[in-house]
Amino acid sequence: MGGYVLRRVLQSLLILLGITFLTFILLYLIPADPARQIAGRSATAQTVENIREQLGLNLPFYQQYFRYLTGLLQGDLGRSYLQKTEVGELIRSRLPATLLLMAGAIICELAIGLTMGIVAALRRNTATDTSLMVLSFVGVSSPQFVIGILLLYVFSVQLGWFPIGGYGTFRHMVLPSLTLGLLGAGWYSRMMRSSMIDVLRQDFIRTARAKGLKRWQVLFGHAMPNALLPVIAMIGIDIGLFMSGIVVVESVFGWPGIGQLAWQAIQRVDIPIIMGVTLVSAFAIVLGNFLADLIVPLIDPRIKLR
Amino acid sequence: MNKTLLAGAAALLAATALTPAQADDIKQGGSMIVTYKDDVSTLDPAIGYDWQNWSMIKSLFDGLMDYEPGTTNLMNDLAEDYTISDDGKVFTFKLREGVKFHNGRELTAEDVKYSLDRVTNPETQSPGAGFFGSIKGFDAVAAGDADSLEGVTVVDPYTVKIELSRPDATFLHVMAINFSSIVPKEAVEEWGADFGKHPVGSGAFSLEEWTLGQRLVFKRNEDYWRAGVPKLDEITFEVGQEPIVALLRLQRGEADIPGDGIPPAKFLEVTKDPQYKDLIIEGGQLHTGYVTMNVKMPPFDKPEVRKAVNMAINKDRVVRIINGRAVPANQPLPPTMPGYDNNYEGYAYDPEAAKALLAEAGLGDGFETELYVYNTDPNPRIAQAIQADLAAIGIKAEIKALAQANVIAAGGEPDQAPMIWSGGMAWIADFPDPSNFYGPILGCAGAVKGGWNWSWYCNEELDALATAADSMTDPAQKAEREEAWRKIFIAVMDDAAWAPVFHEQRFTMRSERLGGPDAIFVDPVHIPVNYDYVWAKDVQ
Repeated sequence: MGGYVLRRVLQSLLILLGITFLTFILLYLIPADPARQIAGRSATAQTVENIREQLGLNLPFYQQYFRYLTGLLQGDLGRSYLQKTEVGELIRSRLPATLLLMAGAIICELAIGLTMGIVAALRRNTATDTSLMVLSFVGVSSPQFVIGILLLYVFSVQLGWFPIGGYGTFRHMVLPSLTLGLLGAGWYSRMMRSSMIDVLRQDFIRTARAKGLKRWQVLFGHAMPNALLPVIAMIGIDIGLFMSGIVVVESVFGWPGIGQLAWQAIQRVDIPIIMGVTLVSAFAIVLGNFLADLIVPLIDPRIKLR
Repeated sequence: MNKTLLAGAAALLAATALTPAQADDIKQGGSMIVTYKDDVSTLDPAIGYDWQNWSMIKSLFDGLMDYEPGTTNLMNDLAEDYTISDDGKVFTFKLREGVKFHNGRELTAEDVKYSLDRVTNPETQSPGAGFFGSIKGFDAVAAGDADSLEGVTVVDPYTVKIELSRPDATFLHVMAINFSSIVPKEAVEEWGADFGKHPVGSGAFSLEEWTLGQRLVFKRNEDYWRAGVPKLDEITFEVGQEPIVALLRLQRGEADIPGDGIPPAKFLEVTKDPQYKDLIIEGGQLHTGYVTMNVKMPPFDKPEVRKAVNMAINKDRVVRIINGRAVPANQPLPPTMPGYDNNYEGYAYDPEAAKALLAEAGLGDGFETELYVYNTDPNPRIAQAIQADLAAIGIKAEIKALAQANVIAAGGEPDQAPMIWSGGMAWIADFPDPSNFYGPILGCAGAVKGGWNWSWYCNEELDALATAADSMTDPAQKAEREEAWRKIFIAVMDDAAWAPVFHEQRFTMRSERLGGPDAIFVDPVHIPVNYDYVWAKDVQ
């Protein structure tokens, strides 16, 4: 186990290093000149040159990359060209909102997905099952900006139940969490359904029924815990899904998280912020996968780590 | 720089400007909520250079000069009075006494000197440093050889003398732009690079709260020296709100001004709704949208070809594409800018004549070229209309829709972009003076790598005339100077360096709760809104 963890940690670090390199080279190749961006349209050539020198933008690529890595190791993500603030501070101040939204989304996707999956499994091959699965398919395949805008239009603009975007109260949280969670809910319902069907066929379920347990006791005491195993392992991987989703959802709902930060930075080619958010998301995805791999053997002793 | 919009406006708005007599009748108090899509970048007046923070900075800081609310007319701000020497090279400003920074300290001539030294110091990285080029000693400071501008002298605590190295007719305008705002040394030194997040000025409002990515709160400066200003007690700027959402919130009474304006997708719906008729405000801008033709890249080195392009573009149709949010253009200067030629007719839409001109240039069979364009709506649609117009005279233009920074980068190379549609990056004046529409975008100084003269048009004769015009510092020469500039811009059109297409109009909306003359909501200088003069109806 210890060896496995160590190997995975090293692997993860390598992946992150690779990501810094790829992101850096991609952003380096963009023909936008940061010095000119900072200097603005009225600047003299000398001003631009001064800024380039101060930022080390006149150095060769490998030196710039090395400087960036050195900063990174000291926890320094650089300074935004346009926001004129430390990228670390920008991300730190927005991270709580993103984490809150993710927590909301996880609750939504589990509540909706698991319920749908269990109901569909129990009503297998009925009209209920089919319509639930069609619904989950719609959830999986609809673009989030469409769902978000639809929800916003119906529940906020027409019905006035929720505020039109923004941040702060529980009511602000409902629609964005739902939008972000619906995609996962679709996956979970399909997974929960097949997992549940699988488990319900097992011998130990028949035994449980045979010894006279009530239907709900069998369902919640025996079938569900076993059916949940493969589903739970997915939550870690979800983080990757969320990281791509938050950019859209946060922008639609005006949610002050790092997704919105990334979107604003991309529109304005604010390279240090794009770098920073990419790295933080990559870190979250790597961490999520790592944790998922660690958790699986804890909840299912049949799986051993080597 | 992104969205570097500095606008300007309608001289005719001057008529509706706020007069002090009216202002005195308005009770102070109340608050408003302004929404924006992007977070505010910085409130450091030496650094801030976009249309979102421009007016915020003006509310937090004061400079020596300013403009009458809602107009482009200069007025004294911190300068109680000023004199100009006969040769136009020495400006002596007398400061108001008793003006206090938000930290309670009195503002003196030393602060004026410090602020000018700071904005020109290369370490400050101010995008506006170049505006101060006419101050004596600028070159030494810009090169890092001196810490202090030789030309700026503190005569006594309330008098500052600024000596120029050359006569500069635009110098009072320069003293009115944000970059010349007066900042207190101790606060700048305390916060360092983060001064922009903790601004301390002497303006009508002070910054009370800034939650990154969420909101900024401005509070009324109780000690503000200008009596009766500002009107509101508090302004909340909520950021991170898409313009569509902002509009919906305004309609529900949750917000008062959508800072980014009325979103194009909703424009017709909102403007046609009688319910909102009185809440929508239209204003001019010191803006021109144009097609540049790179005179260094054949066949655009031939004036006939450039004239043919001018005649081929159906400008009325382009204006219709953007729902009439603009007026067609026939010259570089916008109509409200001094120096605009009302009698000039430009190149009328005439595809047949355009074809004839192409034939004259030996290109009767047309040619292939590229049209660069910023890839956000409505610019690609406008480019398509221009593409169709050009195809009608035989020019096959391939559209290159790119991110803004990439288009700007391509324009700054001598041999990359044959044509550029300037939409979304177009020049908007930094201050209401025609010289600002020449040097960087049509003069030789801008025709350099990384410059903004994307036509690479460099006419040394015109450059000399421009320098001569800007040397006319005597206020009595105002008309003569305007005439000189008028001739320069018409000469540019004779060479057809650009195909001017339209001048954008600005449309904004305010909630029913807010009062104030229409002109301040589309203020030509305090872009987008002159916050200091907005008042709340519910406290009257």
